[in-house]
Amino acid sequence: MSAWLAQHLAALRDALRRLTAAPLNSLLSLLVIGVALTLPTAGWLTLDNLRKLTGDTPGVQQISIFLALDAGKREHSEIESRLKEVRAGPWRFVPREEALKRLQASEGMTEIIASLPRNPLPDAFIITPTEAQPEALESLAKIFSTWPKVAHVQLDSAWVKRFDALLRLGKLVVILLAVLFAGALVTITFNTIRLQILAQAAEIELAKLIGATDTYIQRPLHYFGLLQGALGGLCAAVLVSAGFQLLTPPVAELARLYGANFALQGLSVSDILVLTAIGSALGWLGAKISVLIHLRRII
Amino acid sequence: MITACDVTKRYPEGREALRKVSFEITAGEMVFLTGHSGAGKSTLFKLLAAIERPTSGSIVINGQNLASLRRNAIPYLRRKLGLIFQDRKLLFDRTVLDNVLLPLAIVGHPAREAMRRAQAALAKVGLPNREKAFPIALSGGEQQRLAIARAVVNRPAIILADEPTANLDTASAAEILEIFRAFQQVGVTVLIATHDPLHLPHLQPRILRLDQGEMSDAQTQSTEGGTA
Repeated sequence: MSAWLAQHLAALRDALRRLTAAPLNSLLSLLVIGVALTLPTAGWLTLDNLRKLTGDTPGVQQISIFLALDAGKREHSEIESRLKEVRAGPWRFVPREEALKRLQASEGMTEIIASLPRNPLPDAFIITPTEAQPEALESLAKIFSTWPKVAHVQLDSAWVKRFDALLRLGKLVVILLAVLFAGALVTITFNTIRLQILAQAAEIELAKLIGATDTYIQRPLHYFGLLQGALGGLCAAVLVSAGFQLLTPPVAELARLYGANFALQGLSVSDILVLTAIGSALGWLGAKISVLIHLRRII
Repeated sequence: MITACDVTKRYPEGREALRKVSFEITAGEMVFLTGHSGAGKSTLFKLLAAIERPTSGSIVINGQNLASLRRNAIPYLRRKLGLIFQDRKLLFDRTVLDNVLLPLAIVGHPAREAMRRAQAALAKVGLPNREKAFPIALSGGEQQRLAIARAVVNRPAIILADEPTANLDTASAAEILEIFRAFQQVGVTVLIATHDPLHLPHLQPRILRLDQGEMSDAQTQSTEGGTA
């Protein structure tokens, strides 16, 4: 076990030595990998922020149930109990008198309302659904409309739907970008490992001749790809964090002008860890493929 | 220790480098493999080191038949051999000590033990104070000693050397052969391929002569060259 660990540590040291042996080359490779990972990461982070913008703002999505004018106390309690049953989210009952009072309070409406012979407004329930998915909201609204003495169910979901469609499109674009740049990362690693193998052809050949196993020869190369990918991931994290740091004040300013309280969310520690892990995995994959193809030619 | 039986090596282009070669080398023997260049010495060296496989026939080293050796078993066979290559294959970007440490790193010896063994191997070949030097700073004879130190650091039971005295002056060549002699005296089997006529009658080694891919009768040094 300790011999196995020692061999791995030696391979890791060897990979580090090779990485630092040509600092400029390594730095350039890291930057390229970093930039390749930055674009999909920034896209993902932007989407995440947009989703939070809609998801976190309370009262953005509401379902209003307007009762028939002749609905009485019995129907109110009936609907209340049903609302409790379906657990759609917190709700509030607005009696027609209160609705009228509120309407009177708004500017310019007082006279119009005074001219009405009677209160035209119905009783209403206003639900703030816990579900944010447009499909879920639609089906809730459909259920509500079948209840007795419900005259009208209003779901202001058109913009939510559009926004959601936009987010989904954005998600697709980010996924495509991610796949594209993941391919780029694998290719970059493939090439650096190829150059490594060419540069060390004599050493690899000798090691093979004096009893090195394939695993022994491949191990430092795999570590090299893994390290390069991990450092590239960290590089991307730094780039994205710096970019979001720059964007935070203007976005906050914009949000304030719209009367919203919104702060841009940067990368969390777990995001950075995931990014580094993805970079490592892709780097390792590139190294693995390169080693499979190029080592055969030497030995 | 080494048994070859009807070994034939034919290359794809049709050239027959070795034809029905048979010989046996017992443990602790020192044997010279001679012949003109192109006689098949290097081919035999490659077959013995499992770098190439015979077209037909069998080679058994230490009870292992190389012809049926699986690919992933080859490294473990080579670790039991001390190989000295014609072109030495020293790593010029590493120090003398690091060159000798390489076989130990491959096997996975603990660092302190490896260091002790490498220093002992360098002392044995007469390079004790050149640990930090780079191979480029060594003379031809010293480079050959370094190659030997690297070959013996794993304490192999068999040393195979391909032209170890090529391009060396007579004195250096004699010193190199003395080193091999010392290893043979502690029980190591030594096979040296060389095209040089040998100037060391007192070694009295067995000689295997290859001629155009075929083995002539085995002879000893005493009947071969009594000129010195």
